Amino acid sequence: MSFVSVRGLDKHFPVRGAGWLSRRNRPAPVVRAVDGISFDIDRGRTLGLVGESGCGKSTVARCVTRLLAPSAGTIRIGDKQLDRLEGEPLRAARRDVQMVFQDPLAALNPRMSVERAVSEPLRLHTTLSPAEQRERVREILTEVGLRTDVMGRYPHELSGGQRQRVNIARALACAPSFVVLDEPTSALDVSLRARVILMLEELRERLGLTYLFISHDLATVKYLAQRVVVMYLGTVVEEADTDELFAHPRHPYTRALLAAVPVPDPKVRGEPFVLSGEIPSPLERHEGCPLRSRCPMASAICAQPVVPREVSPGHVVACHFA
Amino acid sequence: MSVVAQDVADDRDDDAIVAPTARWRRAARWLRRNPVSAAAIVVIGLLVFIAVFAPVLEPYKPDVPDPMAVLKPPSWAHPLGTDGFGRDVLSRIIDATTLDLSIALAATLVALSIGMVVGALSGYRGGWVDLIVLRLVDVLMAFPAFVLAMGITAALGNSIANVAIALSMTQLPAYIRLVRGEMLRVRTLEYAEAAVSIGNPSWRVALVHLLPNCLPPLTVQATLAMGYAVLTMASLSFIGLGIAPPQSEWGSMTADGATYMSTGEWWLFVFPGVAIVVTVLAFNLVGDALRDLLDPRLRGTR
Amino acid sequence: MSALLEVEDLSVEFATDDGMVSAVDGVTLSAKAGEILGIVGESGSGKSVLISAILRLVRPPGRIVSGRLRFEGNDLLALPEAELEAIRGARIALVPQTPRTSLNPLMTVGRQVERLLRLHRGMDKRAAREAAIAMLERVRIPDPKRRAGQYAHELSGGMCQRVMIAMALATEPRLLLADEPTTGLDVSIGARILELLRQLGEESGAAIILVTHDLGVVAQTCHRVAVMHAGQLSELAGVDELFERPLHPYTRALVRSIPRIDQQIALQPIAGAVPSLVNVRSGCRYVRRCPDALAACRRQRPPLIAAANGRRVACHAVEQSNVVR
Repeated sequence: MSFVSVRGLDKHFPVRGAGWLSRRNRPAPVVRAVDGISFDIDRGRTLGLVGESGCGKSTVARCVTRLLAPSAGTIRIGDKQLDRLEGEPLRAARRDVQMVFQDPLAALNPRMSVERAVSEPLRLHTTLSPAEQRERVREILTEVGLRTDVMGRYPHELSGGQRQRVNIARALACAPSFVVLDEPTSALDVSLRARVILMLEELRERLGLTYLFISHDLATVKYLAQRVVVMYLGTVVEEADTDELFAHPRHPYTRALLAAVPVPDPKVRGEPFVLSGEIPSPLERHEGCPLRSRCPMASAICAQPVVPREVSPGHVVACHFA
Repeated sequence: MSVVAQDVADDRDDDAIVAPTARWRRAARWLRRNPVSAAAIVVIGLLVFIAVFAPVLEPYKPDVPDPMAVLKPPSWAHPLGTDGFGRDVLSRIIDATTLDLSIALAATLVALSIGMVVGALSGYRGGWVDLIVLRLVDVLMAFPAFVLAMGITAALGNSIANVAIALSMTQLPAYIRLVRGEMLRVRTLEYAEAAVSIGNPSWRVALVHLLPNCLPPLTVQATLAMGYAVLTMASLSFIGLGIAPPQSEWGSMTADGATYMSTGEWWLFVFPGVAIVVTVLAFNLVGDALRDLLDPRLRGTR
Repeated sequence: MSALLEVEDLSVEFATDDGMVSAVDGVTLSAKAGEILGIVGESGSGKSVLISAILRLVRPPGRIVSGRLRFEGNDLLALPEAELEAIRGARIALVPQTPRTSLNPLMTVGRQVERLLRLHRGMDKRAAREAAIAMLERVRIPDPKRRAGQYAHELSGGMCQRVMIAMALATEPRLLLADEPTTGLDVSIGARILELLRQLGEESGAAIILVTHDLGVVAQTCHRVAVMHAGQLSELAGVDELFERPLHPYTRALVRSIPRIDQQIALQPIAGAVPSLVNVRSGCRYVRRCPDALAACRRQRPPLIAAANGRRVACHAVEQSNVVR
């Protein structure tokens, strides 16, 4: 059985400004940020979740970590049914489910020293004495490649790379089993990015962590993830093992995404596969395939609802032509 | 060698870019470039010193009349002259410093604490709590501050405590709005989310993580408010709704002195007036300096 | 063919509380008409400062301390401010990094393009209006008539960047400076903006200087590349040669430090970080991060030496190994 299992996850946001004065008998308009997403992650593995801005990947991250309450669907992590928890049990369950945020500076409280920030989860979830907490902070800082003399520093006194290490140390302090990484490298400079990627990989192997890695950077996802889910407008358009997905992308959206990645080699030209227009507003309700309006392959059948199909073992595509 | 071990070695280079700069050194440098603000800080320091050591510094007893020295102009014996009862004006101004500053401080601290809690609650909870708080703040703000203070002292009577209450009520709405606004801003920041995800209960997120980060603009407001409090208190006393005589207080001293202006005893009006102006100006200048000093670091770190 | 822009031994310093920051140190490069020159490096490499220096827009406490800037035969550093203004924005245009905040939020985008045309090309209102819509069409904005009547907040990030490019091109500049034009845009949108820049460069024959931190963008868009590290120029080469055989150790390290989608590579992070530029000593600024560092690298700044195919590289180790010849 998989370690993490998400089934039929929906997250709808009410549209602002339509509250008081709108007619009562009409259902309130909603944005379907996440619309029926399912995926599984095996223990000790990394699932990459890719898509462009507005596709709902960050909302998925926040639902899975229960920073947002899902509108529908189930989220199981280990033996905990996270979607049903509220209040104190939910707070306690956070010990096992951690998140690393995109902007390493913004994710740290500017008035908390490194030591306080990293020891906070210990204070919240464990009964360790202050001395033991301090010991654990030293241990985890060393684990993420920081020298312990940064303990007294504040976030603005750290370099970009150090900040993200502190965030990772904070997430790992209570030894969680599952970590959601929300674009952890995109705010970092090239040279730091490589180091954080390698460190995340090393930590996963050494500590047996399970990752949900969210990114718009396909190359990084390819490096870190064993399996990849591609999202578009709140839905999953394609899911496959990493090698399979990058070698044989089947969905037009995946193909367009891959074609758009600039390869650092002038001799390698991407497949000239381009979608027209831009991502439509998630407010517009789409019948049939969500990519229909932009897809060069679109035809009449695309107005029909798409049922995801398994085109080869473990490779699922939501396209009429797959 | 593992990647992580390599990083520990590389860490030294990271240090090279962001050596922590001592904050006080930056502040000192800033002050050297802003001598007016530096002077204002010195003035406030001096005022606090005077307030604390008033009994020692006063050359005469402030409330003991000397029938032999009535309405004496400034001289070596009485540097700022004497009043109609023969009391030493310098001693009375020094004595009043304690009272004026401590009332202003008490009023500001009370308003600050209430404003912080109410504003934080209102901004973090939102919903109906926020709605009610906002309406109440609007009502308080509908009155000009001075009219509000007058009304309160007129209704409650002009004891020291009531003057302090009146002063803090005039300050309160500004703090509530400020904290609420800051709260609305900081609660959307990523570290608020991070605090929740790490397992903080919501009260801890609001009080331990968010509130402290709302405080810098509040210190600016509170410093400015100290100046206004001194001014409002003096104005209340001037029109007879503030601190009652014989207690020495700058406002009532100017009111008293004003009656002597026509007869040429100018020192009774001018010196307490100067005390008020200098104090209010000093707090305003320091408030402005704090704003300049805090803002760029707060808003422009990235 | 002679170069449109020649930058020679240009240095920019900033006087800060902590000391002199040497943001650009003796950079020499040139841009020819019709080519796209990429400037690539980590943050802190001085690439954006170099762009402001080319526009002579370095503001105090920053100062261009030495060097020469020649554009179309004019010495930009000697020109009086009034004459420079006629060049800046007209002959040299800038596409900024943050398109949305660079647009006036209170004016329709069409009006903003119009205003530029009237100002720089002396068109009357009607002609400017038509020309503005034609400009929006030229940057492949669909339904330009309708878009011209919209405000910045009604447009997507990619659309805003197209408007900025239209505004930059409105004056038919000979040199277009694009500072990280795709940062913050989605990959597919960014790819199309780069494609547009490439096409417009060909159409207009203007030179484009593209500043980026993304080697992929460089490889897919530029003709020649300048690699910068800590304010110094490390290497200048044609894009094919650069990726085929990077000479400078920093270029090699950069290429190996990014994950790729086209092949499986062993990721090798660059050692250390960009050094502090405060009160720097002489010598190569890459020396502490460099695996090939020699004794000379600490003492003496490597000269920019010429290699085959018009390549330039500043490295003692390369110079000594004779691979250049």
